[in-house]
Amino acid sequence: MSNFFKIFSSAPWSAKFGMLTILAYAIISIFAPFIAPYGETEILGRAYEVWSDKYLLGTDNLGRDMLSRLIYGARNTIGLALTITLIAFVLGSLTGMIAAALGGWVDQLLSRIVDVLMSIPSLIFALLILSIFGTAMPYLIGTIAILDATRVFRLARATAMNVAVMDYVEVARLRGEKLGWVIRKEILPNITAPLLAEFGLRFCFVFLFISALSFLGLGIQPPTADWGSMVRDNATLISFEDITPLLPAGAIALLTIAMNFVVDWMLHKSSGLKDVS
Amino acid sequence: MSVETNKINDDQLNRPLLEVKGLRIEGLSEKGWEEIVCGVDLQLKRGEILGLIGESGAGKSTIGLASMGYARDGCRITAGEIIFDGINLRTASENEKRKLRGTRISYVAQSAAAAFNPAHRLLDQFAEGPVDHGVMSRREAKKQGRALYRSLDLPDPENIGERWPHQVSGGQLQRMMVAMAMSCGPDLIVFDEPTTALDFTTQIEVLKTIKEIVTDRNVAAIYITHDLAVVAQLADQLMVLRYGNLVEVNNTGQILESPKADYTRALLDARTRQEKTTAEIENLESLLSIDSVTAGYGKGQDVLQEVSFSVERGRTVAVVGESGSGKSTLARVITGLLPPRSGEIRFQEELLPAALAQRTKQHLRKTQMIYQLPDVALNPRQRVRDIVGRPLSFYLGLSGKERERRIIELLEQIELSEKYINRLPDELSGGEKQRVCIARALAAEPELIICDEVTSALDTIVAKAILDLLQRLQHELQLTYLFISHDLDTVASIADQVVVLYAGRVAEQGSKSAVFQPPFHPYTRLLLSSVPEMKQGWLEQTLATREAKAGIAREVKITESGCPFVERCPEAIPELCVKDRPPLQTPASGHFFACQHSPKELA
Repeated sequence: MSNFFKIFSSAPWSAKFGMLTILAYAIISIFAPFIAPYGETEILGRAYEVWSDKYLLGTDNLGRDMLSRLIYGARNTIGLALTITLIAFVLGSLTGMIAAALGGWVDQLLSRIVDVLMSIPSLIFALLILSIFGTAMPYLIGTIAILDATRVFRLARATAMNVAVMDYVEVARLRGEKLGWVIRKEILPNITAPLLAEFGLRFCFVFLFISALSFLGLGIQPPTADWGSMVRDNATLISFEDITPLLPAGAIALLTIAMNFVVDWMLHKSSGLKDVS
Repeated sequence: MSVETNKINDDQLNRPLLEVKGLRIEGLSEKGWEEIVCGVDLQLKRGEILGLIGESGAGKSTIGLASMGYARDGCRITAGEIIFDGINLRTASENEKRKLRGTRISYVAQSAAAAFNPAHRLLDQFAEGPVDHGVMSRREAKKQGRALYRSLDLPDPENIGERWPHQVSGGQLQRMMVAMAMSCGPDLIVFDEPTTALDFTTQIEVLKTIKEIVTDRNVAAIYITHDLAVVAQLADQLMVLRYGNLVEVNNTGQILESPKADYTRALLDARTRQEKTTAEIENLESLLSIDSVTAGYGKGQDVLQEVSFSVERGRTVAVVGESGSGKSTLARVITGLLPPRSGEIRFQEELLPAALAQRTKQHLRKTQMIYQLPDVALNPRQRVRDIVGRPLSFYLGLSGKERERRIIELLEQIELSEKYINRLPDELSGGEKQRVCIARALAAEPELIICDEVTSALDTIVAKAILDLLQRLQHELQLTYLFISHDLDTVASIADQVVVLYAGRVAEQGSKSAVFQPPFHPYTRLLLSSVPEMKQGWLEQTLATREAKAGIAREVKITESGCPFVERCPEAIPELCVKDRPPLQTPASGHFFACQHSPKELA
């Protein structure tokens, strides 16, 4: 624990801000039922009530408490986006590194599959899959994760290619090391920096993608709260000079910025090999 | 041509062109700003070459760049004066300096391959500087470029500029860079190790070009290198540097004949050839035998053609040749990375499977490899413990305390101490990295170690220490080395047997004493004559020889018939050598070469 504080205090202000923000988001998502004043799907009053003591941020188009939905939305949206990004990264970087390390027909096969997936506009592809299999959560997660994994594959393969031609990888091969070792010990540690940077970006894109799907009615299904559909549902308020619909958008933006601050700092730390204690 | 502007009067001739006084430069490290150049003075007149010598970290390049008024990122000039032709470069504005650089002061970097932009034609890159500085129009610049190419004896000077950087050889590219530095007719050129990455035969052609430029055009030059023998051919004055301090400065002849500082003497000694005497070994047994191996990449032509030789246990066999001769390909075939098209490799009389995947763990353990560039041979994310410890656990199943103890033992064997065990490769010097590579090879308890140009990337003194270490280890552990090198000096100090490769074929092979004494194969003679010697005037003498006239500045070409060396051979017999494969001549038992001439004719 003291170690954690040491690292934290050595971080620049931007990273501190980022970490605190992420921590706050995490607490809010985990303890949502205790923090939120009302239930996620409770219809309490009239639609579009203004900010008041009773409903701190007013109500939405169905008369549900905006603040409560924002809090529950954090839980749903972040949880989903994080799961999808993690799956995409495990899948994409693993296949990317295998392609780079083995080369030959394995590389050809994997790369061409990815090319095919990337050649179909991702939104249309997602629409297709989701309308065939339905919008159940596992399908949603699987579809977006695979689509995102193609981008991660490209990056992982390109960076791993540069590492795979190094003499130290040849040394490992000549030693008779198995593929798993070469990938895990020789290649992965040398490409974590670009992968981390990509993680921060991908995470944000997943957010947007989920929102887009929700907008089309194929994302998170109502009445579950998510930030993307909250913007859409309450968008009309903007014309009445009410900024409430911008709040979920702001929540996404804030998390995105916080995430990238932390990633930048981690990148900086990992590029300066010498200050690893 | 702008060279005309170099006409100068007597007054200017006596005044130094460049004067540096009390130069101090600091570099940023983890501990903050540290002094890396500690008060250096220098003076340079037109037509003079000043040699800066020292190991890496001596501050040579930093001083070289500072004389252009430039400090790299993470460096700052803290004190001293840099006066170039009356202009104080420390106080001059960035704009003034920018006007000087490229026009009146220019810079030639170590690696021409990295300094040229691969996406532009050579002549376009040549024209970039003069056009950008407004010295001449693009058309004039290109004309000037062709004229310079001609005066530098580049092949096909009218059209070579239309090629891309990858289409000319390394030596030619380096000469093109010298031409580029000359484009605006500068007064001062800074050469930063321009021949370090080159073969000896190629080095000579570049040295010749530099020498001609400086004497013909009356420019001043700073020549930075770690190789005393090279700079001795060019420089009038030598400055020996160490850790940013001036060790000794004198004219070249004085330094070579009567060095005053101990460090200068050490530099001289490191370059002095020490012949290894081959120890008598009873019951010589063949450890590795290569039998008419032919190999090539993809669908391309054969890079190795019917190469055969054998390596006896406890001996060092050196494979020598220029780049393109197939040395490294041979190493790839032996290690199994490149299965040969035909031929056999036997290890301890047992046929070795051609492909890496078919070899057993024991096969792999017995042959270890040490690479040319220790920087890329060590994983930057692994600590010395993991690097050296992995073969121990992988091949020998060691773990825990036992493994730890063995790692320390190995570190001591390579003259590094226990305290290195937790370091990352970044925290080691070049020589230390190479030692760790040796420890990693030793950890597998191999029978044969393949050393691929292991000293080429190192400073002279460090390289010598590594060679001594390899010798000691061979003696203590009865190791067998296959030593790949282009440096006959190094080979002379470590090898028992020599195999001379040319264009993928064995040109000559035999014991070292037999190969390095007449009768010579013409190619061996060329290689031997291109090893720089530590005396002034060597360059001129060598250039005057028949071998040099015929063989320098040519590339290695693989041929399907005849003798591949024919184009560069002063002894070539017209028609016969082009048409027929040269027969094997046997001047003595165990020594033979491939040539149409008999040993008597070549003696």
